[in-house]
Amino acid sequence: MADLTTRFAGIESPNPFWLASGPPTNTYGQVAKAFDQGWGGAVWKTIGEPIINVFSRYGSVDLGQNRMMGFNNIELISDRPIAENLKEIAEVKRNYPKHAVIASLMVESKREAWHTIVKQTEDTGADGIELNFGCPHGMSERGMGSAVGQVPDYTCQIVEWVKEVATIPVIVKLTPNVTDITYIARAAVKGGADALSLINTINSIVGVDLATFEPQPSVAGKSSHGGYCGPAVKPIALHLVSAVAGDPKVKIPISGIGGISSWRDAAEFIALGAGTLQVCTAVMHYGFRIVEDLIDGLSNWMDERGHRTIADIRGRALPRVAKWEDLDLNYHLLAHIDQDKCIKCELCWTACEDGAHQAIRRLPRDNGGPVVEIIEEACVGCNLCAAVCPVQDCITMRQVSNEYPAVSWKEYAAGKGRLAPRSEHFHTATWGSSTK
Amino acid sequence: MQGPNPLSDEQLAANFADIAPPLSSDAALLEANKCLFCYDAPCTIACPTHIDVPAFIKKIATGNLRGSARVILDANPFGHSCARACPVEVLCEGACVLNDRDEQPIKIALLQRHATDYVLEHKVTLFAPGAQTGKRVAIVGAGPAGLACARDLRRRGHAVTVFEAQSQPGGLNTYGIAEYKLKSNVALAEVQDILDLGVELKLGVTVSSIDDLLARYDAVFIGVGLGSTKRLGIPGDDLSGVTDALTFIAHLKTHPYRETAVGRQVVVIGAGNTAIDAVTQAKRLGAATTTIVYRRGEADMPCYHYEYELAKRDGCGFRFNAAPQRVIGNGSGTVAALEVTTAQGNEMIPCDMVIVAIGQGDRTELQWPKDDPRVFVGGDCANGGAEIVNAAAEGVAAAKKIHERLTNG
Repeated sequence: MADLTTRFAGIESPNPFWLASGPPTNTYGQVAKAFDQGWGGAVWKTIGEPIINVFSRYGSVDLGQNRMMGFNNIELISDRPIAENLKEIAEVKRNYPKHAVIASLMVESKREAWHTIVKQTEDTGADGIELNFGCPHGMSERGMGSAVGQVPDYTCQIVEWVKEVATIPVIVKLTPNVTDITYIARAAVKGGADALSLINTINSIVGVDLATFEPQPSVAGKSSHGGYCGPAVKPIALHLVSAVAGDPKVKIPISGIGGISSWRDAAEFIALGAGTLQVCTAVMHYGFRIVEDLIDGLSNWMDERGHRTIADIRGRALPRVAKWEDLDLNYHLLAHIDQDKCIKCELCWTACEDGAHQAIRRLPRDNGGPVVEIIEEACVGCNLCAAVCPVQDCITMRQVSNEYPAVSWKEYAAGKGRLAPRSEHFHTATWGSSTK
Repeated sequence: MQGPNPLSDEQLAANFADIAPPLSSDAALLEANKCLFCYDAPCTIACPTHIDVPAFIKKIATGNLRGSARVILDANPFGHSCARACPVEVLCEGACVLNDRDEQPIKIALLQRHATDYVLEHKVTLFAPGAQTGKRVAIVGAGPAGLACARDLRRRGHAVTVFEAQSQPGGLNTYGIAEYKLKSNVALAEVQDILDLGVELKLGVTVSSIDDLLARYDAVFIGVGLGSTKRLGIPGDDLSGVTDALTFIAHLKTHPYRETAVGRQVVVIGAGNTAIDAVTQAKRLGAATTTIVYRRGEADMPCYHYEYELAKRDGCGFRFNAAPQRVIGNGSGTVAALEVTTAQGNEMIPCDMVIVAIGQGDRTELQWPKDDPRVFVGGDCANGGAEIVNAAAEGVAAAKKIHERLTNG
């Protein structure tokens, strides 16, 4: 049985699955229930001067039958008094000493305000502090949240203030709503951060009601941009986690956040450098119970693959994240269609013909044989046909060996190496001339 | 009775192929992702063993097949056979919330098969025996009830000896489920997983008294099932060509298909699920005509609706409100016709085989005290005859009670 225990910036938890700061971590009752069901840690809903929320707060993007593929919110930080939140954090920590309990904080950008809240938080016995420098809506208009996290100097300054009094680990939660997240990450490190967590939500408008022209979620006919999260944001989060984890000027632990819904997502974040995982939207969708398969699935996968600990897999994909200019130009791939599996939908043909490289030929339907075949001289191995094919393993990408040694763009541009012949292009100048 | 079976081996194999073939991994993934993952799900409530259906389906969706099978088999030691033979239309799938959205329910049985086949094919060991308690339990009957009980007692560390009168374990799973639903090799593989936990199995042993067992064991579980099929009790019911459904089906399931004799014109008396199993399998064996004869009306048939539909699709005929009066033989003492009484008077139904499926009698050869706290009962002999899943649930529940008694007593 794989060992899932984690030690993250000195904070221990029975497994890497933490609840992210948000609606699921608003109260003692929720966090205690989550711990009972198996969650390893929880980052409390951000505490600060209590706010007043609007009623309509969440917007959802569905994909076909699947609800909440993307999700956004215009909810602010905790609307509960600071003292009440701190009392409950202390109670949770007392009753669940082995679980990670992190307080998320956001106060106005004044040294004294931060000193006060950090000291109060430490009195609860919390294991760590997360600084919410990422909330992109509402609070940012008041100079907090992402208004801080978008400016390296502000980030560094506030982390410094916090570290002046903090004795427990300080995690800085980063906003993705920046041009290059590594600048902010480095500023946090400069300020003395013990760890980073990312990503916070992405600025978004989830849709417009076409009957009323109200953006969603609508509050009395108007809306405001909100923070986007859920499965849709996972690729963005994976990239940003890898960017920060691979930055030699960062080198502090990273808690991965962004669309984690399954153990597979979790494993991918760990492989790209995350030490713990934070989950919110999937819990808002299905409840705390999802942690059972997060643990079971990750553990079974680790057992099957012979990985013993989280540390064994952390960052394993990072060395494979490269610059484009270092990729091998002579690596040659061709699409292959398994005609026995083909259900003759011709989605690959239309995708390749109109959307890519005109490298699939249509064959007459009336002879009962294949209806599509790859034109290998034209195929650029782009993966599009395999991506659109609705049948598992029907279209696969196969490497074709050639005698050309690997050459990167960087090398080739510098006059080194030889380029293998490229695929021909059969661009159809006149529709109908080459295809029927 | 006709001579050699007229069907080719290929045709017979096709006729008895799985009526619900397994899902491809593609289709399973697609189907699993349709599940809404309900909370306090009606499918789970509907299952007598309360398998956490959304949990096991979610695990298929995430590619955790081992975990999925564990969820299933943890709750139901007979998760393999139930995936194939459960009347899901009236249980989990019938309860699926998608029915209320005017959609097809999630294919829970096929998904369950997908996950459990995985562990069978990959020989994954999911459960281990518990630390030895030194307590010993005797189980009478190696059917689903007895073996479900045995499995959960072994997981709790109690020593278990199972006594089985037949030459093979599995009870009706091995001998009595329609061949196109569950094949004996799958039933026996499932049983082997349970035996591998260290269950001592004594085959070919008929227990006639439990006093001896009570003297040697700390508790006794009785899961002996029901007795043989009731006799028709009409003249001619002993003619050659008259058989009972369970004997007919057991023979079919333990021999190459063509070795089971079937008539050209087969009449099945009774309209329960076993009668349907008999009539459809007689047809699939190559009978030219097969007819259910039932003394009451269509609406009174005890079989499940979809079983009735299955028999109709197989081309079986139905004679309702026709009460059998006597079986008429030809000169050589074999069946030639069944005489029935209908509203229009008496009528002869020509046939050369009569299969009796009017229910099983109680087991009378074994008696057990009803008030001895060391004696536990489950399965058909306790519930009067129900599904595999009921037997499994009762075996599991009994194991829990036995454990409580053995550890608190």
